[in-house]
Amino acid sequence: MSGEFRMPSLGADMAAGKLVEWLKRPGDAVRRGDVVAVVETQKGAIEVEIFTSGTLERLLVAPGTTVPVGTPLALVREEGAPAEPAPRPPAAGKVSPAARRLATRAGIDLSALAGSGPGGAVVAADVEMAVALREKPAPAAARPGLDFDAMRQAIAAAMARSKREIPHYYLASDIDFGPARAWLSAVNRDRPPERRLLASALLVKAGALALRKFPDMNGFFSEGAFRPSAAIHAGFAVAIRGGGLIAPAIHDADGMGIDALMDALRDLVARVRAGTVRSSELADPTVTVTSLGERGADSAFPIIYPPQVAIVGFGRESLRPWVSGNVVAPCPVVTATLGADHRVSDGHRGGLLLAEIAQLLQHPETL
Amino acid sequence: MSAGTEITYREAVRQAICDAIARDGRVFLMGEDVGRYGGCYAVSKGLLDEYGPERIRDTPLSESAFVGAGIGAAIAGMRPIVEVMTVNFSLLALDQIVNNAATLRHMSGGQVGVPLVIRMATGAGRQLAAQHSHSFEGWYAGVPGIKVLAPATIEDARGMLWTALEDPDPVILFEHVMLYNASGILPADAGPVPIDKAAVRREGGDVTIVAYGGTLAKALAAAEDLAGDGVSAEVIDLRTLRPLDDSTILASVAKTRRAVIADEGWRTGSLAAEISARIMEGAFWNLDAPVARVCSAEVPIPYPRHLEEAALPQPAAIAAAARAALGRP
Repeated sequence: MSGEFRMPSLGADMAAGKLVEWLKRPGDAVRRGDVVAVVETQKGAIEVEIFTSGTLERLLVAPGTTVPVGTPLALVREEGAPAEPAPRPPAAGKVSPAARRLATRAGIDLSALAGSGPGGAVVAADVEMAVALREKPAPAAARPGLDFDAMRQAIAAAMARSKREIPHYYLASDIDFGPARAWLSAVNRDRPPERRLLASALLVKAGALALRKFPDMNGFFSEGAFRPSAAIHAGFAVAIRGGGLIAPAIHDADGMGIDALMDALRDLVARVRAGTVRSSELADPTVTVTSLGERGADSAFPIIYPPQVAIVGFGRESLRPWVSGNVVAPCPVVTATLGADHRVSDGHRGGLLLAEIAQLLQHPETL
Repeated sequence: MSAGTEITYREAVRQAICDAIARDGRVFLMGEDVGRYGGCYAVSKGLLDEYGPERIRDTPLSESAFVGAGIGAAIAGMRPIVEVMTVNFSLLALDQIVNNAATLRHMSGGQVGVPLVIRMATGAGRQLAAQHSHSFEGWYAGVPGIKVLAPATIEDARGMLWTALEDPDPVILFEHVMLYNASGILPADAGPVPIDKAAVRREGGDVTIVAYGGTLAKALAAAEDLAGDGVSAEVIDLRTLRPLDDSTILASVAKTRRAVIADEGWRTGSLAAEISARIMEGAFWNLDAPVARVCSAEVPIPYPRHLEEAALPQPAAIAAAARAALGRP
């Protein structure tokens, strides 16, 4: 049984993508989750994973080609399926005039090509594919850099759609970050800098864990209906140097150990900056978390990324006067905010979610 | 963009005739039943009352005689529009058209031109049986000395006649019978159009479909169907069958590498055959597949509806030929 590997949709506003590079060749074995191609989108070059295991049988789209979302890019023979008959050599088949001329010019050996034209004829597209595959894969550094104008357009389209279609409600709560700060200091004391935990890991974990009890804030609203997601894939907003941002998924963030989550965050930020985000990371987030970090503002009032229905924001951690019992004392405080879709949930539920996050952060060792 | 009005093809042809009569005192319309009856396809209905018998002239039922009279009038300085009911009947005037109208400029060493326009209906689809349904425009397109036009759109039906009347040599306009009731938007600023260029009616990159007259709508329907399969078809409307606009065809085929020609004529010796040969001569090294022709079955066009439909090029056959050229089952 042959399956098709298609141009993925990497966001609500993506209509087409440009195939930049094949990372696998016909005949290569592929496993579910393998990165097989690089696609250029408004969000930069994305590593596209495959979701079937088997053998890459034939590439249908040559590097450099822009095709609409959903276009078959390659045929994959699934595991256990019988091999298709070997492609006939052109001696038995045919070569189109256009293919013959191209092959002569490019120095391509026609006898090695499988034909995709009428009656199995080798056509120009087959030769163009062979030429494209002959060229050495571009090193990651040579991949197209980010097109900031295109990214700005993508953000503009998504955010304008969000503000046009989604009735946002906003809530904010100040959270006593003292226990979390103390715990982080204790854990980090004996760790080298590259192994230290950052507050973001705790915040993402607390947000994801809290969402387990609030399925109405985790999922997608499309075509007039809300579909909750069983999995919690937290999109983590990463600002890009030079402008723009993307929020790729940390898959199943609610179930991750805190060290694993920290590793995932570090890896994600590094890869966003290197331009090697994977397709599933762009397509899968069920909710977004944005953490402004040390240099940010006190609180964020974030805009939902459609078709998601909620976004949790964390402001900068700062020392503020905090009343505990009858005492006012300096205390590290983080303001948590929620922007949520009023078509799906109400402020009462949103308030409970923020309270749950605050509660979880009082026991950082359990996160 | 100026707004337009929705009118039928028939109305567009009528407006073109009225415009020509108003512009030029030498222009008149003649043919069988064009006056009192209003034309067998009702194109000239009411024009006799409006312009009188000097400008709208009924003729006897003799194609040879009234086409010959038109040639004489044109030589004498008039600008006649001669209507022949159908291309089948025009064979009775073939001698006048081919031996006189098309040759006189050449034989007189340039002294005698024949600025004549002949309009005739062509094609099948109205269950008019074999003697009223054939498509012989491809035959005329092989005759040096005349120009052959096939307006397939409202704008061309409105705009080609005046350009044809301005031509110093004979021009034949073929109006496909299935187009008369078709309607479309005529832009408010519509006017005369060039008669020496084909038009790309739909852009595409995978296969070129060449059509004209009655097959244009079918080619566009096939292209729409193909688009559903992710095949991007480019549709060329020939507009002028003689002289053929080779460069538009060859440029498209150089891009798509595949061509399908939809022609309501019989396959053997058809206009499609000529175009296929020109593609072979001019674009062979760009081809990825043999040029395909979708023509009428080589039978007298049948009367029963199902047989008539089966005999003609249809969108499904055009789309199938395009898929075959792409190697898609």
